[in-house]
Formats: sequence, C-alpha cells, structure tokens
Amino acid sequence: MRWLKDLLFAGLLFVLGDGKPVEAVEPIVPPGPPDRRAERIVLALLGLASAGAIGFVVAYAVDPLPHRTQYLGLALGVSLASIAAALLIVGRRLVVTEELAGPYPGREDHAEDRSAVERIVADSGSRFTRRGLLKAGAAAAGGALGLALLAPLTALGPVFSTTPFTATPWRRGRRLVGEDGAPLRAADIEQGTFYTAFPEGADREAMAAPVIVVRLDPSQLHLPPGRAGWAPGGILAYSKICTHAGCAIALYRKPTFAAREPRPAFVCPCHYSTFDPATGGTVIFGPAGRPLPQLPVTVDRSGVLRAAGTFSGPVGPSWWGVRSRKAQSG
Amino acid sequence: MQAVVTRRRALVGWLLALVLVPAAHAGLPPSGIVLPRPSPHTTPHELGLQLYAGNCARCHGSAGSGVPNEGPPLAGVGARAADFYLRTGYMPLAQSGEQPHRSRVLFTTRELDALVGYVASLGHGPPVPRPQPQRGSVARGMTLFAQHCAGCHQIATEGGYLPGAVAPPLTGATPTQVAEAVRIGPYLMPHFSERAISNRQLDSIVAYVEHARRPADPGGWAIGRVGPIPEGLIAWFVAGTAMIGLCLLAGGRLHR
Repeated sequence: MRWLKDLLFAGLLFVLGDGKPVEAVEPIVPPGPPDRRAERIVLALLGLASAGAIGFVVAYAVDPLPHRTQYLGLALGVSLASIAAALLIVGRRLVVTEELAGPYPGREDHAEDRSAVERIVADSGSRFTRRGLLKAGAAAAGGALGLALLAPLTALGPVFSTTPFTATPWRRGRRLVGEDGAPLRAADIEQGTFYTAFPEGADREAMAAPVIVVRLDPSQLHLPPGRAGWAPGGILAYSKICTHAGCAIALYRKPTFAAREPRPAFVCPCHYSTFDPATGGTVIFGPAGRPLPQLPVTVDRSGVLRAAGTFSGPVGPSWWGVRSRKAQSG
Repeated sequence: MQAVVTRRRALVGWLLALVLVPAAHAGLPPSGIVLPRPSPHTTPHELGLQLYAGNCARCHGSAGSGVPNEGPPLAGVGARAADFYLRTGYMPLAQSGEQPHRSRVLFTTRELDALVGYVASLGHGPPVPRPQPQRGSVARGMTLFAQHCAGCHQIATEGGYLPGAVAPPLTGATPTQVAEAVRIGPYLMPHFSERAISNRQLDSIVAYVEHARRPADPGGWAIGRVGPIPEGLIAWFVAGTAMIGLCLLAGGRLHR
C-alpha cells in the first residue's frame, strides 16, 4: 500500500506543483498573449470527451439496451472527435508558433557532395579483381530469381500436368444419386424442374462430381452430332460447374408458356452465363467461352439413371489448352 | 423576388412530381378489368364464369382451352395456380408474353373466390396448399432456400435478375403464395414436386422466408438491407468529404 500512497502524492505534486516559484530564465520562444476563451473551449471539449467516454462505459454496462452498437459508436465517436477538436484548438490558438523562412538550396549547391559520393563509391570497389565475372554472376542470380517468381504462371497453361483438371469421378455404369443419396429414377424426372445429382460412391466435393439433370421434350432436342442416345426420353445431364469461372449453376429457367417466353436454359448466378440444354449446353448469353460439358446417361433395367461414359469435355473453368483436352473416366 | 418565388414553385412542383408519378404508376392496374353486374342471386359459379369470360378468355380460351400464341390452357391447373396468379395481381396481364408482376388486385374477395372456384372447376387440379411455417425450422429452411431458391431470389429473399426475367423479391409474398410458387413455378421459375421438396421441407422454407422478412439485424441498423452499399456511401461521401475538408484546412494554413 505504501507505493500507492507515494504514487498518489507524486501525482498530486505533478498536478498542483510544489508552490515554489520557477526560476526566471531567458525564453527561447517569445511569450504570446493569453487566450482565456480558447482555454475555456478546450476545457469544455475535454469535458465533452470525458462525458463521451463515460457514456461508452455506461452504454456497455446497461443491459438490455436497444441499438447498443450505435450508442457505443456514438459515445466513442463524440469522445474521440472532442479530443481531436481540443488538440486542434490547442495547436492553432494556444501554442505560440513562429514561422521561419529561408532559401532552399538548389541542385548545383550540392555539386561537391555529389562528386564526393561518386568518388567514394568508385574507390570502395578497389578490392574487386574480376568485375566482369561478378557482374555476370549477379545478373545470373537476378535472372534466376525472376524466373522462379514467374514459374507459377505455368499453372495457367498445359506445360506441366493437367490431369487433375480433366479427372472426373464419372464412368460408364455409375449410378446418379440425389442429394439424399437415393438413386435417380428416370420416371421421377419431370419436365419444368431440375435436379442435382452426384456419382454414387464417389467424392461429392470433386469438381466434376455434381451434375444437373433436366427433362426436355425429345422433339425439341438438337444435340451435336455424335451424341445420339445421350438423352433417353429427353433426360439430359450436364456438369453443374460453369465453364467461365467455376461457379455452381444454381438457376434453371423454364417457360410456363413456351410460345411466348424464353426457352429453357441453365443460368450461372455469378456472371449470368446462360447455356442451352437442348443444343448440347451451348452458350447463348454471358461470358462463358465454351459449352457446358454433357454427361451421357442411360436408363438401366430397373429404371435408374446411370452414366453412359464421361463428359463431352473437361469440367470447370477454362484454361489455356482446355479445348485440346478430353475429360477422363473415373 | 418574383424569380425566387417561381423557382421555389418549380422546385415544389418537381418534388410533387417525384413523389406522385411513381405512386400513381404503382397504383395503376396492369390492365383494366371487366366487371359483370351480378344480382344477389348470381351463384359463385356463374359469377366466376362471367368474370372469366370478361377477363381471362381472350388469352386462355373458353373453358380454359388455351389460345395458341396468346395464353396457356387452364384446364387442370386447379385452384392452386388460379389462387396464386389472381391474389398476387399477376393476372390479368396487360400484354400476353410479358413477365407478370405483383400489382394491385382489382377483384373483391368474393369475385376472387368465384373466379378461383371457376378455374378449379375446369379440370381436375391441385388444391390451394396450406403451409404451416410454425411446424418448420428456420435453420433447415435457410439451408433448403440456399440450395433451391437463393440462386435467383438471393439468400436475403430480396429478389434478383437473370437473362430474360426478374426474380421477384419475396418480401410481399404470403406463406400460401410462397408454397404455391414453389409447386407451380410461375413464369420462368422451375417448379418443385413433392419428391424434390417435401411438404415438411416446404414448411421450413416458408418459415425461413417469413423470418428473412424481419431479420434480427444483430449487426446494427440495416439501412435498407442493401448490403455493403450504405457503408460504402458513408465511407466515400462522408469520410471522403471530411478528408478533403481537412486537406483544404491544412493547405490553407500553409499558404497563410
């Protein structure tokens, strides 16, 4: 407790002073006229700052308090703004200032210093005997480091392995299961709605795992050549991953009255890439640069949908050389 | 003085126009409706038939047979679709083929009941669903909403856009209308069967939509719930102006 008493006493002495007159010395800064009004304003602002800070504590303590976040912000804001204003007034009105003007030295004034620095640099190299070789070595190190920094760029192109980009968990005969894990039955697939399906017994988090399944009127289909039999009964399956930026295609628009409304389409919610399921997933709007990969499906004897192979192209966002690659079977 | 008064009048006129023109526009019906003059003895079925003949038959054909290139057939859509399209003001539509949108309902409750009953009598169709959001779970509803609905309507149920259509905000939809829309799939929206979304799951979705209309806003004032836009506005306009003011102040001091 003794140290507490000493501390209190020292604090009091610091605030009140010891009463002895200060020895008069010649001032460095000429004294300015007192400004009692500015002092009062500063005191008022400091008081406001204290009130705001106490208000913060009160708002923090009172429970329950509606709009507490706002009151806390307001109290702290008032406190900080008052302190800032008080400091501004102290700086502008109460601290004695004087401005000193002098010429700024120009460039030529440093000519001697500059030549001295140049000579120091030149003289410091007296220990080097094989300057050319050292310069070449430094250039090689710098160049190699630059190359190392550029190396990750190769991930954008097919220079190294692109197998992970083309791998899919789909292969001939794999069943399509819904989000609940139950196999999708062809008879349950209705027109005018869409289903998300996954490969049975495979990692659902893999990029090429999720597919969207829809049913269209078989007479409306105009699939590219070579895809005969890919859509039994008009049931179509496409990768759910947009070929633009890799978002999940969560939108399926379908007309209520086909004669007067836009045709069925998959829409990616990120950048509105729009794909036509009737023509093999071709892009009809938006920034995607290549069609949505289609998964050929068949209906087995028990009426369950199964993959009839793997996708028509690599799944996921596009990269250099994507068009020259094929999707792999998992 | 005269010029000042004129300018003030012009300003008031502009302000009034700003307020009144959208108000008047919002109040306008999508199209006029034809109202029969029923006697107290007209049965609901007859009233429904008269209203149908006056307001629906031009596009949907007599007895709901549909008109090619004008409107789809209504035989078999049931009370569910009629209830949804009429009580949201989606129908009657001003122009065939345009997207229906929520507007003032011009029929009285009696006329609506009669018309819904008449359309339901045109064929064997589903009844009006009766969702029970109090049986559902908001948390489960949010997961389902994110899975099936948020792609278009946004997780905050504020609606959105997609090529060719506007996904309407769900803030004005009643629980029944949400359930109806899920089952029907109005305009470009896909419909969801009971196999895709069970009635129990639908209860949860409706509970979430109800919750999202009045969220708790734990972060403070929502300021219109338009996301980071208000914060950005304050940062750019309030803080930015203050910074410029400070710069001018500091610069002014240097010049003096």
